[in-house]
Amino acid sequence: MTMKTLALAASFAIASTSAFAGSHAIDLSGKTVEWIIPFSETGGSAKWANFYAPLLSEALPGQPTVVVKFMPGAGSTKGANFFQEQKYDDSEGTLIFGSSGSTQFPYLLGDPRVKYEYNDWNVVLASGTGGVAYLPPDLAETLEEEGVAGLTDVDFIYGSQGATRLDLVPLLAWEMLGLNVEPVFGIKGRGDGRLMFERGEANIDYQTSSSFLSGVMPLVEAETAVPWFAFGALDDDGNIVRDPTFPDMPSFKEVCEATEGCETSGPAWEAWKAFFVAGFPAQKMVFLPAGAPQAAIDTYSDAFEAIKARGDFAEISAARLGKYPQMTGAKAKTAMESATKVPAEAKEFVTNWLSERYGVTLN
Amino acid sequence: MEVILEAMPALGEAWGLILQPVVIGYLVLGVVMGLCVGVFPGLGGIAGLSLLLPFMFGMDPILGLALMIGMVAVVPTSDTFASVLMGIPGSSASQATVLDGFPMAKRGQAARALSAAFASSLFGGLVGASFLTLFILIARPIVLEFRTPELLMITIFGLSMVGILAGRVAVKGIVAAGLGMLVGTIGEGASSGDLRMSSYDFPYLTDGLKLVIVGLGIFAIPEIVSLLRQDRAIAKEQKLGGGWLDGVKDWFANIWLSVRCSIIGVIVGVIPGLGGSVVDWIAYGHTVQTTKDKSNFGKGEVRGVIGPESSNNAKEGGGLVPTLLFGIPGSGSMAIFIGAIALLGSGQIEVGPAMLKNNLNITYSIVWLLALANVVGTVICIAASGGIAKLTTIRFVLLAPFLFMIISFAAFQSGQNLMDLVALFAIGFLGILMRRFDWSRPAFLIGFVLSNPAETYANQSVQIASSRFRKSLEDGLEYIFSPIVIILIIITVISVVVGLRQAKNLRSEGDVASGSKRAPLIFLAAVTAYIAYAFYDAASIPSFSRDRTFPMFVAGVCLVGCAWLFIQMMMKPETDPIFADRESHGEDATATHTLWSTLAWFAGLLLLTSLLGFILALALFLFAFLKVRARLSAGAAAIYAACGIAFMCAMAWSLNRDFPPGLLQDYVDLPWPLT
Repeated sequence: MTMKTLALAASFAIASTSAFAGSHAIDLSGKTVEWIIPFSETGGSAKWANFYAPLLSEALPGQPTVVVKFMPGAGSTKGANFFQEQKYDDSEGTLIFGSSGSTQFPYLLGDPRVKYEYNDWNVVLASGTGGVAYLPPDLAETLEEEGVAGLTDVDFIYGSQGATRLDLVPLLAWEMLGLNVEPVFGIKGRGDGRLMFERGEANIDYQTSSSFLSGVMPLVEAETAVPWFAFGALDDDGNIVRDPTFPDMPSFKEVCEATEGCETSGPAWEAWKAFFVAGFPAQKMVFLPAGAPQAAIDTYSDAFEAIKARGDFAEISAARLGKYPQMTGAKAKTAMESATKVPAEAKEFVTNWLSERYGVTLN
Repeated sequence: MEVILEAMPALGEAWGLILQPVVIGYLVLGVVMGLCVGVFPGLGGIAGLSLLLPFMFGMDPILGLALMIGMVAVVPTSDTFASVLMGIPGSSASQATVLDGFPMAKRGQAARALSAAFASSLFGGLVGASFLTLFILIARPIVLEFRTPELLMITIFGLSMVGILAGRVAVKGIVAAGLGMLVGTIGEGASSGDLRMSSYDFPYLTDGLKLVIVGLGIFAIPEIVSLLRQDRAIAKEQKLGGGWLDGVKDWFANIWLSVRCSIIGVIVGVIPGLGGSVVDWIAYGHTVQTTKDKSNFGKGEVRGVIGPESSNNAKEGGGLVPTLLFGIPGSGSMAIFIGAIALLGSGQIEVGPAMLKNNLNITYSIVWLLALANVVGTVICIAASGGIAKLTTIRFVLLAPFLFMIISFAAFQSGQNLMDLVALFAIGFLGILMRRFDWSRPAFLIGFVLSNPAETYANQSVQIASSRFRKSLEDGLEYIFSPIVIILIIITVISVVVGLRQAKNLRSEGDVASGSKRAPLIFLAAVTAYIAYAFYDAASIPSFSRDRTFPMFVAGVCLVGCAWLFIQMMMKPETDPIFADRESHGEDATATHTLWSTLAWFAGLLLLTSLLGFILALALFLFAFLKVRARLSAGAAAIYAACGIAFMCAMAWSLNRDFPPGLLQDYVDLPWPLT
C-alpha cells in the first residue's frame, strides 16, 4: 500500500471516529494507552496486538500513543491476575488487556493459579479464528478409501503443547472419532508441531487458520499434506457450521455425524463444543478493567468499529487475522459470555477425561 | 546446478534492491539504533525490534527490512563490549567470549580483544552469508532430516563440551554441569506440567529461571564483586597495551580457525530448535581442541575470543533458515522479526514454506542486508573500541555501582518481578562460591542452557521411538540410529575422550591455590544437599508423569559424583586441587575489602528496592556507594548519581520499560519513573 492510501484511510478512520464519538467519549489526547498482553513478544497474541495497536492509536479520540506491553508468565495467568487487580480509576482508560484462549482455558478448568474473573471486566473487542486438522497423503488416501474406520488402528503421533491448552480441542475431537492419538508434549508452539509433521515424526496435526494458510497450504500444494476437516464456525444461533475461510472443508460436526461411534449430542459432544467455543470463535479479546464507565467502553468499542470500517481493513487483516468476525459491542459481549461459560457437566467431563487419559490434574 | 542458475537473477535483484542510497541509509540508522540498545545485556534485540514495530505498518518492505536487520544484526556484535570489558555476558551469544575476553581486559589488552572479536564477527557474518546464499536453496530437505533423535544428539554433543571446561577435577565439573541442569529443570515440566522444586503458592519459580538472570548471576556478579574488593581498575597495568590493529592481526593470524568456527556457527544456527545457545560453546570447545598450547585459555588467550565470536554472527545468518523457510523463529528477536515482516507492505511477504518460491529476491536481500549490517556495525565498533577500552583504566569502584544498576535492570526485565532481583542475587552468590572453590562456572551454564532441550528431546525421542518399535523393530532402529545420529555419536565420543585428556592442562578460570579442608567441604555438602533434595522432589512426582525422569536421572548421576568427591576429600591432603579455595591465596585473599561487606552493598540495593522501588533505591544506593565506598565528595557523588538515574530513565523511557516497584508504591501513587 502506498503512503497516500494509508493517509486516506487514516483520515477516514479519524473522521468516522469523531462521528461516532458524540458527547460522551473520553478524550485521550497526549496520553499513552498501555495494552497488556500476558504472553511474550513472540507469540500469536503479540502479532494480533501489534496488528491492532497502530490502528487503534489512529482511531481513538485524541490519537493517544498505544504501546503493547508484554507480561508473560504462568501461561498468561500472571498477566491476567495483574489486570484483575487494576481499577479503572487508576488508569482512566489508558490501560487495556488482551486475553487469549490460553487465558480462557485455565479459567474454565479451575486452575488454582487463576485469580481473575472475566465477568468483572468489560469486553470491547472479540476476535475469532478457526482451526484445520490435516494428515499425510498416505493416511488421507486410507481415509478416502475406507473412511474414518480405516484410521482407527493407526498409531497417531501428534506434537502438542499440553493437554490443558488449546490442544484439548483437537485431541478430544480425534478421540471422539475413535482415533488412537498419542500426544508428544513439550513443543514450544504450533509451528514446532508442524515441523514435526513435516519431518515425518508426527502423522496428524492441526493449525489455527492463519497458520494453516501460511504454513500448511504450501505443503498441500506440494502434496505432502492433505487437509481433513476444519473445526467450523458458529452461526448466529450458536450452531456449528462450515468455516467461512475454508468453505470446501467439512466441519468437525459433519465428520462426526458421518462417523460411526461419534455422536453430535451427549456429554462428549457438549464438552467438545463448549471448549471449542471457548477456544476459537472468540479466541482473543480486549478488555477494559473493572469499573469502567459506559463512556469509556463506548469510546473503545467505537474505535474498534472504526478500524473495521476502514476501506482497506479486509485487505490488511486477511493475512494477519484470517477471515473471521471481529466483534464489538453487544456481539462481543455475547461472544465473551459463551467463551467464558461452560456447563458444569462439560467441565466435569473434560477434567475427568484429562486425568484418566493423560494423568493431568489441575490442583 | 539448475537450481543455482534459477537463483542467480534473484540474487541480482536482491543486490539491486539493497544498493540504493535510501536502503543503505535505513540500514545504517538501524545499526546505530541497535548499537545504542545493545548496551543493555539480555534485552537488546527484542527491546529494539518492539520499538520499531509501530513504524513497520505499511512501510516499503525493503526499507523496513533494512531498518530491522540493521538492528538485529549488531546485537551479537555490540554485546561484546559488555562481555570483554566488564565480564558481563550480554546475551547467550557472548557467554564464551567472557572466558578469555575479560582476562584480556584485565591484562590491559581490552582494545586488542575487542578488535579481534569484531574482526571475527565481521568475517563470521560474511562467511555465513556466502554459505547461506547457496545453502538456502537446498536447505529445506536437509533441515527436515534433523528429527528429534538428531536434535537430542546435538544437545548431547553440546553437553560434551563440559568435558573440556570441567577444570582440574573433572568430577567437580560434571557435578557443576549437573547442578546447572537441575537448576534448569526448576518449574513446570514441559511434558505434563508437574512442578519441580517449586509450588503454586510461590508462583515465581513455576516459570523457571531465565537465562539472563543465570548468565548475569553466574558470571558477572562474581567478577564485579571480586574486582570491587580489590579497589583497582579492571586493567592491572595503567598503560593499555595492544591497540586495535593488533587485534585485527591476531584475527588474521588465526583466519582458518575463524573460517571453521563460522561454518560451525552457520550450521548449528540452521537447525531449528536449538537456537544460538550452544553455538559459542561448541566453537569454544573446538578452538581449545585445535590449539596446541592450551596453557593460556582462561587467562586471556586471543583464540578463545576469535572462535566464539566468529561463530555467533554466522549463527544469525544460519538462523534465517528456520525463520524464513519454516516460519519457526530461532530466537526471540527472530519471532518479532517474523511478525514485523507480516506488517510490512501489507503482508505480501509470507514467511514460511512458500518464501523461496515466491520471494527469493527478498530472501537474498535479507541474507545480504544482514551481512552488510555486520560490516557497518563492525566498522563503527572497531572505531569506538580504542576509546571505550579506556573504561578499563577507571577505578573500578566508580564503575561498579552503574554495573549493578544495569544488571539489576536487565534482570528485572526478564520477568518484571521483584523476585528477579532476589534470584539474581541468589545465583550471584552461588556464582561467587563456585568461583571461590574452583567449580567450573562454564560447565554450570552449559548444563543450565541445555537442560531444557536435553529433557524435551529425550522424552520426545523415547515416546516417538516406542511408537515406532510397536510397529516393528526395524522401523524403531531406523528411527533412532539414522546416519546423522551415528556420525554425531562418533564426533561426541571423540570429543569427550580428547577433551578429558586435555582438560587437566586447561584452567578455564585461571589457577587457584588450595587451602584448608573445611570451607570446600562445607560447600560440597551444601551442593550435595540441594541435589539430594532435588532428587527427592522429582521422585515425589507421580510415576506416570515423564516430568520426573530427567531430574531424577541427572540428580542420581550427580549424587554418585558427590559421593566420589567426598571420598576423595577424605583421602587427599589439603594441598590437593580438589580443595581449591581462592580465599586462601592470591588476589582474593589479599583484597582490601571482605566479600561480605561488598556483597552487603548489593544486598542493600535489593532491600531498598523492595521498600522504595527501584529508582529511589538506586538514587540512594548510587549516592551512598560513591560517597562512602569510592570516597567522592558529596557534590561529585550527587552529580554521578544524577547522571546514572538520568541515563537509566532515558533508556527505560525510550524502550518503554518499567522499574521494580517497592512497598512504598503500594501505599502512595507516584509519577513515572518512581512507580
